[in-house]
Amino acid sequence: MAEFLAPYFSTNWQWVAYLLVALVHCALLIGLVAKGALLFIWLERKVSGRIQDRLGPTRVGGKFGWLQTLADGVKLIAKEDVTPGDADRMLFKLAPYVSFCASFAAFIAIPFAAGWAAQNLNTGVFFVLAVLGMEVFGVILAGYASASKWSLFGAMREAAQVVSYEVPLGICAVVPVMIAGSMDLNVIGERQAGWFTNWFVFHDPFTFITFWVYFTCSTASVNRAPFDLAEAESELVAGFHTEYSGLRWSFFFMAEYGSMLVVSLLAAILFLGGWNGPIPITHLVGLTAEQGVLTGVVGGLLGIGNTLFKGAALVTVMIWVRWTLPRLRIDQVMTTCLKYCTPIAAAMFLGAALWNLSGIPFLNDLAPHRAPLEVREALPNSTAQAEPPADGTEQPESNDAVAQGVSSADHETHVAGPVQARR
Amino acid sequence: MEQGIYWPSFFFLLFGAISCLFSVAVVLTSNIVRMAFYLVLALAATSGLFFLAGADFVGAMQLMIYVGGTLVLLIFGVMLTGKGPFVSLSTRGGEWILAALVGGSLLATLLPATQAVDQWQGISRDELPQTVSPTATRLGLGLLGARVDKLDQPNPALREGMSGYLLPFEIVSIHLLVVLIGAAYLARAKRRRATEIVE
Repeated sequence: MAEFLAPYFSTNWQWVAYLLVALVHCALLIGLVAKGALLFIWLERKVSGRIQDRLGPTRVGGKFGWLQTLADGVKLIAKEDVTPGDADRMLFKLAPYVSFCASFAAFIAIPFAAGWAAQNLNTGVFFVLAVLGMEVFGVILAGYASASKWSLFGAMREAAQVVSYEVPLGICAVVPVMIAGSMDLNVIGERQAGWFTNWFVFHDPFTFITFWVYFTCSTASVNRAPFDLAEAESELVAGFHTEYSGLRWSFFFMAEYGSMLVVSLLAAILFLGGWNGPIPITHLVGLTAEQGVLTGVVGGLLGIGNTLFKGAALVTVMIWVRWTLPRLRIDQVMTTCLKYCTPIAAAMFLGAALWNLSGIPFLNDLAPHRAPLEVREALPNSTAQAEPPADGTEQPESNDAVAQGVSSADHETHVAGPVQARR
Repeated sequence: MEQGIYWPSFFFLLFGAISCLFSVAVVLTSNIVRMAFYLVLALAATSGLFFLAGADFVGAMQLMIYVGGTLVLLIFGVMLTGKGPFVSLSTRGGEWILAALVGGSLLATLLPATQAVDQWQGISRDELPQTVSPTATRLGLGLLGARVDKLDQPNPALREGMSGYLLPFEIVSIHLLVVLIGAAYLARAKRRRATEIVE
């Protein structure tokens, strides 16, 4: 986009083009995060109401109470901004912004349609996970700076929880990276083009289980019930944000809903085909970038709709889970992570690696349309394969991932053999 | 020809300034949590420098390892040093002298190093790269043993050694595995002894 605008400015003023483009990207993303929070807070109230056999908000703004969040916002702005007398004032005031910035920064690398990201990063998956891990920093600062027992307890729980859950989350995210042979979210999304059978969640039984493990771990890592030990209002008053009020408090909630959306979008791109719909309508009708710029834009907009719909659906599931399951105890949270999620994720990782190495065809190879391998080979990026993250720091099996990365090029032709023979 | 501002330089100076500023702030504060906070900002600015250089992978690594590591440091800082509500570290005169000596000698080593590379001096605007190419693929292939970057090496003497970094990578992996098993063993042994005493 910057390259598109740049010729309209003289050489001295080209930076204006870049600045404009950067501002547009930022505005779009902030708009998405803010409107997402607006929508999801309303949705949370409605869904929780329905689950508890109530109606939820009905009055503000017409039929479904859809302006409820705005009314909440007005109330929050009008509230007094209290800082406790004993608090570390600077850190106390900064903590909400740290949380929000981390959650917002993760959106930079998320592509909403093929190539439509604020910044196309070569290592998108890794970047998003790394930045999301920083959100907990704001929570810990808040807990510490409040100078309150409840806050500190909440912050410590959050720290223990997030640090533990990053391990299975990382292992789960490596599985689609390994299958796609790239950490670039664009490439991962494009590998799942075609019918819904091409989505990585249906790639093999191991990825199917991996998706659910990923979803559990991401729920835990964004501190949502049943893993919301850090706020646990029945034991810790309100946990890390006990001492916060008004707009600062709402920043924590914007951050929470923002990161819910970001992990859901990541799940949608890694496992659920991203911007590719269940039926490749855009490809059948011809709304692709190859047919022209305008059709490409229309296809891209449809893709954005797909991505956001999948993300919102996953957020709805998170809300549903929150109002269905009771909160776990802290030791149960740790058991879930270390004794269940991590071993399952590691086993699924090994299984998916072996499945790919042995080249067993699955649903996507039996689908009644053009061979998915043609789709894969048609990709411009398929030759420039980045290898899976070689972080031998976490688990010894990562060597296996590297070996997989090498053979993934061979692997595709290897799979292509039996499939084409069958036709 | 007038070309306007060279933006990479601008952002380099910006990130560099942020990094330096907060590094100094780390030294000057006495509150351990504020220190950790400044350290995180300094390290995040450093990862910004890596992203600016097109090293996505190293930048994300910097965020994940160093910033995440500082997080753990912060937790231990609060848990192990906290006697009152806010922890503060005071530095004595002797420690200042020792620290200044160590820090000053490091600085004295690094400053000549920045001046030692000829290619870094007196570059005109036209020689500067206008775009950066991503390095993640090359890094990954290098780790596996295929040093694609060696293909562009004009000096034939330096083109030797196409083996890459597979062996060091394996050694580091095994080393970390050993450390993990050792840590698990130590943690288990303590618990077993406790039960024996109980029995």
